[in-house]
Amino acid sequence: MTSLSTTIQDVFNEPGCARNASKSSVERKNGCTKQLKPGGVAGGCAFDGAKVALQPFTDVAHLVHGPIACEGNSWDNRGSASSGSELWRRSFTTDMSETDIVFGGEKRLYRAVKEITEKYDPQAIFVYQTCVPAMIGDDIDAVCKAASAKLGKPIIPINAPGFVGSKNLGNKLAGEALLEHVIGTEEPDYTTAYDINIIGEYNLSGELWQVKPLLDELGIRILSCISGDGKYREVAYSHRAKAAMMVCSKAMINVARKMRQRYGIPFFEGSFYGIEDSSDSLRQIARMLIERGAPAELMERTQALIAREETKAWAAIERFKPRFAAKRVVLITGGVKSWSMVSALQEAGLEIVGTSVKKSTKKDKERIKELMGQHAHMIEDMSPQEIYKMLKDAKADIMLSGGKSQFVALKAAMPWLDINQERCHAYMGYIGIVKLMEEIEKALYNPIWNQLRQAAPWDEFDRKRQARTVAQMYAQAAEPVRDASKNGVNTISLSNENEASGGESAIAAHGLNLAKPCTSSTARCVACKDIRSDFQPPALQAAE
Amino acid sequence: MAIVTTSKKACSVNPLKMSQPIGGSFAFLGLRGAMPLLHGPQGCTSFGLTLFVRHFNEAVPMQTTAMSEVATVLGGHENLEQAILNIYDRLEPEIIGINSTGVTETNGDDVEAFIRLIRQKHPKLEKLPLVYVSTPDFKDAFQDGWGKTVARMIEMLVAPVDAARPRDISRVNVLPGCHLTPGDLDELRTIFEDFGLKPSFLPDVAGSLDGHIPDEFTPTTIGGIGVDEIATMGQVGWTIAIGAQMRRAAEAMQVRTGAPFRLFERLCGLIPNDEFIAFLSQISGRSVPWKYRRQRGQLADAMLDAHFHIGGRKLAIGAEPDLLFDLSSLLHEMGAQVSAAVTTTNSPVLQRVRTEDVLIGDLEDLEELARSRDCDLLMSHSHGRQAASRLNVPFFRVGFPMFDRLGAAHLTMVGYRGTRDLIFDIANLIITDREANHGPTPDTWRSSCGGPQVHPPQLH
Repeated sequence: MTSLSTTIQDVFNEPGCARNASKSSVERKNGCTKQLKPGGVAGGCAFDGAKVALQPFTDVAHLVHGPIACEGNSWDNRGSASSGSELWRRSFTTDMSETDIVFGGEKRLYRAVKEITEKYDPQAIFVYQTCVPAMIGDDIDAVCKAASAKLGKPIIPINAPGFVGSKNLGNKLAGEALLEHVIGTEEPDYTTAYDINIIGEYNLSGELWQVKPLLDELGIRILSCISGDGKYREVAYSHRAKAAMMVCSKAMINVARKMRQRYGIPFFEGSFYGIEDSSDSLRQIARMLIERGAPAELMERTQALIAREETKAWAAIERFKPRFAAKRVVLITGGVKSWSMVSALQEAGLEIVGTSVKKSTKKDKERIKELMGQHAHMIEDMSPQEIYKMLKDAKADIMLSGGKSQFVALKAAMPWLDINQERCHAYMGYIGIVKLMEEIEKALYNPIWNQLRQAAPWDEFDRKRQARTVAQMYAQAAEPVRDASKNGVNTISLSNENEASGGESAIAAHGLNLAKPCTSSTARCVACKDIRSDFQPPALQAAE
Repeated sequence: MAIVTTSKKACSVNPLKMSQPIGGSFAFLGLRGAMPLLHGPQGCTSFGLTLFVRHFNEAVPMQTTAMSEVATVLGGHENLEQAILNIYDRLEPEIIGINSTGVTETNGDDVEAFIRLIRQKHPKLEKLPLVYVSTPDFKDAFQDGWGKTVARMIEMLVAPVDAARPRDISRVNVLPGCHLTPGDLDELRTIFEDFGLKPSFLPDVAGSLDGHIPDEFTPTTIGGIGVDEIATMGQVGWTIAIGAQMRRAAEAMQVRTGAPFRLFERLCGLIPNDEFIAFLSQISGRSVPWKYRRQRGQLADAMLDAHFHIGGRKLAIGAEPDLLFDLSSLLHEMGAQVSAAVTTTNSPVLQRVRTEDVLIGDLEDLEELARSRDCDLLMSHSHGRQAASRLNVPFFRVGFPMFDRLGAAHLTMVGYRGTRDLIFDIANLIITDREANHGPTPDTWRSSCGGPQVHPPQLH
């Protein structure tokens, strides 16, 4: 068993990562996560990343060992879809108390595992380490090992306490846990020449099911999806797949690469976002399966299916062309996902005026230039203020991004569409891209924008009135002879004797004393005598 | 009188509770130009932030000292210093509100001392208020974090008053519990103003999280009570605290400024609002405006119309103590039976919940109690949705977080009008459920008649 710090070093040293490969050896040692800047970040922690990556396993109980914050503040927050068990949506946490921290939380953790086994009897329990138990030295590996032996069930430690790094690191540490404890521990009932793994796909909004029918039609079996709509047993025997597709390249590359190394499963990086990428991915899958022994006719069938689906999709997109003419899009997303969408968006007539390249490598940037032309605005790292200004100045017609910048766009009265994990629509495959176009059209042409961009009518009145007042002031300044009665010098009193004394009696009635009554019993408040036109707000006045 | 017990389980399943530090941050979100800062790993902030964003559908400012494993070993002084300077230089906040977390509390960071050192080293921070509150994750719950933080704001930000100076009796302080929504605060503001009173809400989440559209992009809170106004809160005639969680803050105000306070544990329901309105009439010296006499009548009429539907219902409710007490009392007063009550943390009001026992536990407990006690109305925050669908009973969402429905910020339960609308909403939910799931069929009552069904012989 390796220590957490060795695992982290190992993960940082990922040879399969294109970005990592382009670094010097010193840079590589520093890891792929940017040094966190106190007061200047808002991203998720390693625990968050690990949970996000593994939570879509549906028949597993996910137990978070830590104080209430880690799970209580975050559970049931992802839109993965399940075709079977709903266990994954239940939340389990040890909710550590002060006593646990003083005396150690291991016993409580063991009891928690036992309770879950008795009540829910899951296929497996994933135990997530968090910062506080890591600090006080709770050994979750040991507890899990002991509990596994005693309860006869896989109890898997996921060692990614939040403070070791970013969400992305957490994704990879989750992958390491699968490699170390799960993958290769069971055998499938049968295998076929058409078995694949899909790695790094979370089935958000059920989007995998937009593609699965096509794979079904080709006779390709998803032996295991890590982790969308996944089942524990499927991951455990995923080492018997013939080929693998890695979907979200930055998240789980270590899993794909080590499975190639250990079990000889070839993999490719692909995506089902956008028409061309979908077709490429299907072709790649077919090619790899044929290389691993599937009959060559698979490619013909795949090509035929691609041709049919592409024709359908392009035809569906055709109708958006007039609606999208001269509409400009800003695309802000985690890099990789954006390319595959770009060509489809462009084909539909949208102009991409900017895209984020924060997480992209040099090669990525070249590809973006190739796709979008030399003038494409590459946004390295834009502050919300800058984005807001860009949108407010109407340099774009719609923004596609993740939830983080949602309100920046919306508050600038700018159409916006969520294309990250929190979204509620599925955009995968040939169906998904057309769905995306539909959503863009709906957003662009919603009648609210014209209404919201109009100022309230009184804003105009107010401006005119102000202009009049200023004009009067100048007129008066030019006319020095003043008529006091017309110049607003009045004697007014703002105090209300009745109100004041009423208040006092209430205080007296409740048995409390005021330091000193505000008003004397005389009819008029002394402080309020002869208040001139520059009258004070009543609050100040009464306080005097 | 209810017996209060604590769940003995080692594993909390489907937690009802949220952590104390984000309750503290939530309080800071009710201050203008504020940046709440959690002293802990970045995940603590990220989870809290996501929760607020999903509940309010608003951009929410919140920052972190981004404690790493190494920083935790070395102590958090440097991270706190960097965080404060970064926020100060880039975002120009009017105040930074700092809450501790599980990690920094386990570590024993002496944040007050850190702040003194940071101030010594950086004179430019002299005018920037830095309020720190200790809120470990492993103790207490969301509403405790809010209550403690408001009390600390008062101790730090309210200027001492000259006892010889007369009070401004037209001003009142309002210290709302965290269970009040921006909609509730706006309703209260209107009521106070109708009595000629000028309320200062601390905190005022209606100013920052009501969903208004600011003219300019602001990286800090876009509204709320200003630090300048808080400073003058000692000059008021009265402090009104809403919810038992605010007693500590109200007492802090009294100790610091001598301002008398009145605590209203509830503002939902006929009798609680009668007391409230009568009190406002007394302290303002004004008779109750016509508007409220009419609203009182409307509430009475709503109670008449809705008691047919709410009466006899068996309620299962999971909520933080003050919200639980207020709502379960209202339902009890409408003839419902409070059959299962689960809450997050201790509070003096729990013994007075109109039920036999209150459990400090989780939503699994609530689900089991609701099932075994045959409850037919479930109330909790959005996380109760899974239990509701398994139990197949009508589900009314209340409290925080409400992430799967829109308009959480404007759900109004206070005042005659708020209570009236709430009663209608609950009754309508019950009516919808009856129509959808409980229509009569020829066999509806058959089994209860006892005895086997006799089939008459067929003639041909």
